[in-house]
Amino acid sequence: MSIGEKTPTSLVAFEDVTFSYGPTTAVEHVSFTVEPGDFVALIGPNGSGKTTLLKLALGLERPQQGRVLLFGQEIDQFKEWHRIGYVPQQASAFKVRFPATVGEVVSYGEYRGFDPLAIFRTGVSSAVERALHTVDMWEYRQRLVSELSTGQQQRLLIARALVHQPALLMLDEPTAGVDVAGQDQFYTLLRQLCRDLGTTVLLVSHDVGVVLHEATKVVCINRTLVFHGSAQEVTDADLSRLYGFSVDLIIHRHQ
Amino acid sequence: MPEIFQFGFMVRAFIAGGIVGVICPFLGTFLVLRRLSLIADTLAHVALAGVAIGLLLGRYPVAIAVTISAGAAVIIERLRASNRMAGDSALALVLYTALAVTVVLISLGKGFSVDLFGYLFGTVITVTEADLWATGVLGAATLLVGWLLYAELVQSTFDPDMARVSGVKVGMVNIVLAVLTGVAVTLSMRVVGALLVGALIVFPVLAGLQIARGFRTTLLASSALGVVSVFTGLTISFYWDIAAGGAIVLTALAFLLMVTTIRGVVLRATRRASR
Repeated sequence: MSIGEKTPTSLVAFEDVTFSYGPTTAVEHVSFTVEPGDFVALIGPNGSGKTTLLKLALGLERPQQGRVLLFGQEIDQFKEWHRIGYVPQQASAFKVRFPATVGEVVSYGEYRGFDPLAIFRTGVSSAVERALHTVDMWEYRQRLVSELSTGQQQRLLIARALVHQPALLMLDEPTAGVDVAGQDQFYTLLRQLCRDLGTTVLLVSHDVGVVLHEATKVVCINRTLVFHGSAQEVTDADLSRLYGFSVDLIIHRHQ
Repeated sequence: MPEIFQFGFMVRAFIAGGIVGVICPFLGTFLVLRRLSLIADTLAHVALAGVAIGLLLGRYPVAIAVTISAGAAVIIERLRASNRMAGDSALALVLYTALAVTVVLISLGKGFSVDLFGYLFGTVITVTEADLWATGVLGAATLLVGWLLYAELVQSTFDPDMARVSGVKVGMVNIVLAVLTGVAVTLSMRVVGALLVGALIVFPVLAGLQIARGFRTTLLASSALGVVSVFTGLTISFYWDIAAGGAIVLTALAFLLMVTTIRGVVLRATRRASR
């Protein structure tokens, strides 16, 4: 079976997807899949359609042509959102003085639908405690989210996404604005999740060198699909085609 | 019994004021954190147009104002969600349309401008038994809906996209919040007036955000400050014989300045101690 062909177990399947913002085509005739256990890096230049593809995979946008399947289901019919964890580049709450504590925000990840007694649920559940320990932020549970550094805010959002132990984690440029030490901590955490919990990852990133080192598969997008395959197979020529100038790749592959 | 409570109109003013003192900051917490504070001002102007229609038709103005401001709230949310125009442009469109309608109606219905000015600047001492019933029932309904949809309101305020991916119907939640705001604003017009209602939605929240450590405590602190501001303002207005709406808003401002100053002093002392 060729890489990118839909299987019954595909967690995400793009089938000939085209999406436009008004007259501007963002992505055109894109087809690829994300399979269980994959660590897929979605890379491309600015405005190439990376974030649009992620929004389509999350059901935040609907394609004008083609279709997106989540866990084999049409996205309009998909209801099992607890199987998906989403980490945006930044939550809109971080732009205001959002008054919640770290423990409260992580507990938002427990949402499973209408709950008339939600206003009374104040304790930290075992799932929230486990998620906070996973990202090494248990000590911060009483801290206000507005008092956290950018790196800590990212770990908080990951903890929120992990509460349900999702099968699929989708992240949109999560290390933007995070220092080198924070990035290292972040990728170590992602590796642990993939290895220990078998979490499938779809990561949008600008850090080409880093993600080619960390990911098992790569999707290169520049409005149309430029490359989709194993991270080991990406060549300087593929990247030059993607970014439109000569790229000399110096990365340390997985041993 | 203190002299102030020997007057029936003051008892009614305290009851109506207490209700809007709770619901305005409760909803205001979500609006301020969504940077939507000005929606209250817009809906207050719409409600004023509703009052003008009611007075012109000889109907109970609050009923028409609640209906029209709730309808306008839905239109604003639809315009914002459709991305046809920026959020502030949608607010401006509705606000000035409502103002223009009010001005035209005033020119048509000669003689009711005095009553209308009561809603513009607030006349809490003229709160009737019917107003009290409307405020009590609609205020309780607003709090009940806010309570039942607490999780959805918090999730969609934290981040709309994350909320959608969690399965929250964000569009529906936004419309409900806007409609509740329309209702709260209309009920508050009698107490503080259409021109100042936005302050009752924003000032206690700005103060609450500085002292609370958690979302629920922010809601509680903001609502408590709202009620205390209304009660203190009403008392001052009674004994000093000044306009209640202005006294309430200036009291809320005084609490905000006080909280800001105390917080600054405490932060400086904590920093000095940790050095």
